[in-house]
Amino acid sequence: MKIGIPKESHAGEKRVATTPDAAEKIIQLGFSVAIESGAGLAADIPDQAYKDVGVEVIGTAKALWKKADIIIKVRAPNAQELVLMPKDKHLISFIWPAQNDDLMQKLSAKNATVLAMDSVPRMSRAQKMDALSSMANIAGYRAIIEAAQHFGRFFTGQITAAGKIPPAKVLVIGAGVAGLAAIGTAKGMGAIVRAFDTRPEVKEQIESMDAEFLMLNFSEEGSGSGGYAKPMSPEFIAAEMALFAKQALEVDIIVTTALIPGKPAPELITAEMVKSMKPGSVIVDLAAEQGGNCALTEKDSVVVKHGVTIIGYTNLPSRLANQSSQLYATNIRHLITELCPDKDGLLNVNMDDDVIRGATVINAGKITWPPPAPTLSAAPAAKAAAPKPADAHKKTTKSSPLQQLLPLILGGIALFSIGSVAPASFMSHFTVFVLACFIGYQVIWNVSASLHTPLMSVTNAISGIIVIGALVQISSPGITISLLAGLAILIASINIAGGFLVTRRMLEMFRK
Amino acid sequence: MSQGLVTMSYIAATILFILSLGGLSNQETARRGNYFGMAGMAIAIIATVLSGAVNSYVILIMALIIGGFIGTKAALKVEMTQMPELVAIMHSLVGMAAVLVGYANFMDASLTLTGVEKTIHEVEIYIGILIGAVTFSGSVIAFGKLSGRIDGKPLTLPGRHLFNLGLLLLTLWLGSMFLHQAESGGGTFPLLVMTLLALVFGVHMVMAIGGADMPVVVSMLNSYSGWAAAATGFMLSNDLLIVTGALVGSSGAILSYIMCRAMNRNFISVIAGGFGTGANGPAAEVTGDVIAISANDTAKLLLDAKNIMIIPGYGMAVAQAQHTVNDITKLLRAQGKTVRFGIHPVAGRMPGHMNVLLAEAKVPYDIVFEMDEVNEDFAKVEVSIVIGANDIVNPSALDDPNSPIAGMPVLECWKGETTIVLKRSMASGYAGVGNPLFVLENTRMLFGDADKTLQEVLKVLKEVG
Repeated sequence: MKIGIPKESHAGEKRVATTPDAAEKIIQLGFSVAIESGAGLAADIPDQAYKDVGVEVIGTAKALWKKADIIIKVRAPNAQELVLMPKDKHLISFIWPAQNDDLMQKLSAKNATVLAMDSVPRMSRAQKMDALSSMANIAGYRAIIEAAQHFGRFFTGQITAAGKIPPAKVLVIGAGVAGLAAIGTAKGMGAIVRAFDTRPEVKEQIESMDAEFLMLNFSEEGSGSGGYAKPMSPEFIAAEMALFAKQALEVDIIVTTALIPGKPAPELITAEMVKSMKPGSVIVDLAAEQGGNCALTEKDSVVVKHGVTIIGYTNLPSRLANQSSQLYATNIRHLITELCPDKDGLLNVNMDDDVIRGATVINAGKITWPPPAPTLSAAPAAKAAAPKPADAHKKTTKSSPLQQLLPLILGGIALFSIGSVAPASFMSHFTVFVLACFIGYQVIWNVSASLHTPLMSVTNAISGIIVIGALVQISSPGITISLLAGLAILIASINIAGGFLVTRRMLEMFRK
Repeated sequence: MSQGLVTMSYIAATILFILSLGGLSNQETARRGNYFGMAGMAIAIIATVLSGAVNSYVILIMALIIGGFIGTKAALKVEMTQMPELVAIMHSLVGMAAVLVGYANFMDASLTLTGVEKTIHEVEIYIGILIGAVTFSGSVIAFGKLSGRIDGKPLTLPGRHLFNLGLLLLTLWLGSMFLHQAESGGGTFPLLVMTLLALVFGVHMVMAIGGADMPVVVSMLNSYSGWAAAATGFMLSNDLLIVTGALVGSSGAILSYIMCRAMNRNFISVIAGGFGTGANGPAAEVTGDVIAISANDTAKLLLDAKNIMIIPGYGMAVAQAQHTVNDITKLLRAQGKTVRFGIHPVAGRMPGHMNVLLAEAKVPYDIVFEMDEVNEDFAKVEVSIVIGANDIVNPSALDDPNSPIAGMPVLECWKGETTIVLKRSMASGYAGVGNPLFVLENTRMLFGDADKTLQEVLKVLKEVG
């Protein structure tokens, strides 16, 4: 089947849905790939780069929509594109079915099969296709870059001949993928980073990025299904707002990423808080699309209110077009690989597969959205399993006193019964034997673990001492005994020579 | 040479052997320790030869020369990856020698003991031959398994515990028959039958033990070979043999204990064989997709990382990849990166196997660490490379109580940023256990022969770096 990638027509959209790297791998799956001329230009990918890997370049969008069986896009098709779209096609792109009911109806009327990149379920198997995460990662990075652009100072603290510069303080609200990316970027630039999230399980992740997790002394968990946050109680929100108000006085930069699926973004930074911030501070509102976490955010623009710059860009990934195209193209490629298990260049929309079922919002004209709710969330399951192995461990190490004493008692009885009948000569040998066992025990525990193999080969050589036994007997009367003893000497001397020499060889290798 | 001098020489030899083992406590003194051992052995042999009890010099010297020659050849030729096989076959030789000495002693009519002393002497012969024979056949099978001549899977016969018990009872019965007949000068027949049974027991015992338990088996046989020497010492009333045998015996026993502890397994259950049959419920199935990675991307990850951990396993030995690993290590270290090796106690097929391979490739031993030394640090590790290891990096050992390897301490590489697993294919490890590590989101699989793929990685590193 032929896959077509049109040029994004939405104003300001610089991304492209496939890169030459990804296209090459898709072609290996048996598909043919065509791209509209100039589709990759905004993301710094010239047509020639596509041609080099065997992608056909088509002059106009109209021809492309007509020729391709499968259309891959970044943005959902707009009105003009829908007109170009013939019936019975496949479409893979961001769709946002919850917000775009009209679009869904129209696509359904076209008898299309539509897979929405935003509807790929959030489960570990599907992570490689999770375009939301990869775009969020970029948005988080870019948020800090935008903030730095509008912030009048260094991020990192410095002590210079011209004076001491304090490090910038950054507050990140919402530690999802974007939040964590923002934390990492700000940290990398040398800022002091604090972060807040309603879900307690992300505390560890925040701390692993070396940022400070702002604790709220309030026992309410904010984890909803599918790894997203859920709305919180009014008391919680009051406590949260008090925390933000306090932080607003201190920090220089606030990045907000708080989103609850399908709802307007919660207002976390009030006009009052903005007013209380130091002049020159920056707020980056990654939730601008859904109304913004800051009361004063204006969608798609940068405004200065009360001396604070508030950035409300909604398409940050597009501002890093090459990078986001690469990641998006890889996500798409993984999805196509999943859709084409036989590598025969045919699309198989297998509705029994959890991932494909979730992503498919329209199947041959029939709207299949929303899918049954995903039930997978890794965090609670891991918690339940953790204490069990500890129990199992205890079982093996602890046993009743009787079990511990039994070997000692048996050993005592055995020693006693031997001692009561054995002659003196045996007892003296036995004394030597027991003492030697203890010496061996003491000596061997000190052997370094890395020398266990040389230890084995040297003990091997030493156990060749059995040659003494054969030596003592070789001169006994009778040819059979001599031969047996001779053979034993031969064998034992293999051991002695072999064991010592191979040990020497090994030890020579242990050099610093 | 007078008896006093001989005894003094034996004491000197004993002390030298103890110093020899004591020297292995660290790398600097280990070489000296080995020379102590050689000196001790030389003193013991010379003292015995000169003691006046020996006069068949022709056979003696011929045997010593031929044996010494074969041993030297083997020691110089053996590949470091074949060390487990060499060690196993050498155990079998000790066992064999113990059997031969036991028979020679039994046939020696010049001894005139009476009463309890005679009985004890006969019991000593019987036990010496028994241990020797078990060591011999067990080691031969271990050798076969290690060198791939025999299938590594545990052979679990139905009713094998009963079979072993039967063998034990039969051996005891034969023993009493032997003692009874030996009173009147006979006893050859029960002794021979017992030897055969002991051989069968040795074969059956090692056949029932799985490949992953080989480190335990090898150290256990090491221990047996020591006990065989000690038993021979009792038989000949020779304290040097007793002491040396006991040293080796306890050495092997401690090694077996260390290995068992490293796998969180009970010594008895390892010996009883049949790995993984005792789990109390179905182990969690591993589902999910693995994410493959190319040699090229691996090299890039390595170049971007500062803190790298390499976890070698048996696969590195099979692919003989240790030299390539060292080249990569050198290159990365030259760029100022921290590269460390984390060694699991049971990685490979015998205790310390990985250390020897890395030493052979001239990896400096101060960057090679034991599991306990590095396990805490994984949170700071950016890239872990797992080379041909499986069970020793299996998270289900910690969080799935039904896993056959539950409770075994493992290298917790998944706590690092990225783990790259080098693997031939998606087959499960020796323990036959699925490994959830492979499907974790921060794990990348690099498929192919470890040495070849690492060569490619090295090539890219050289080009870029």
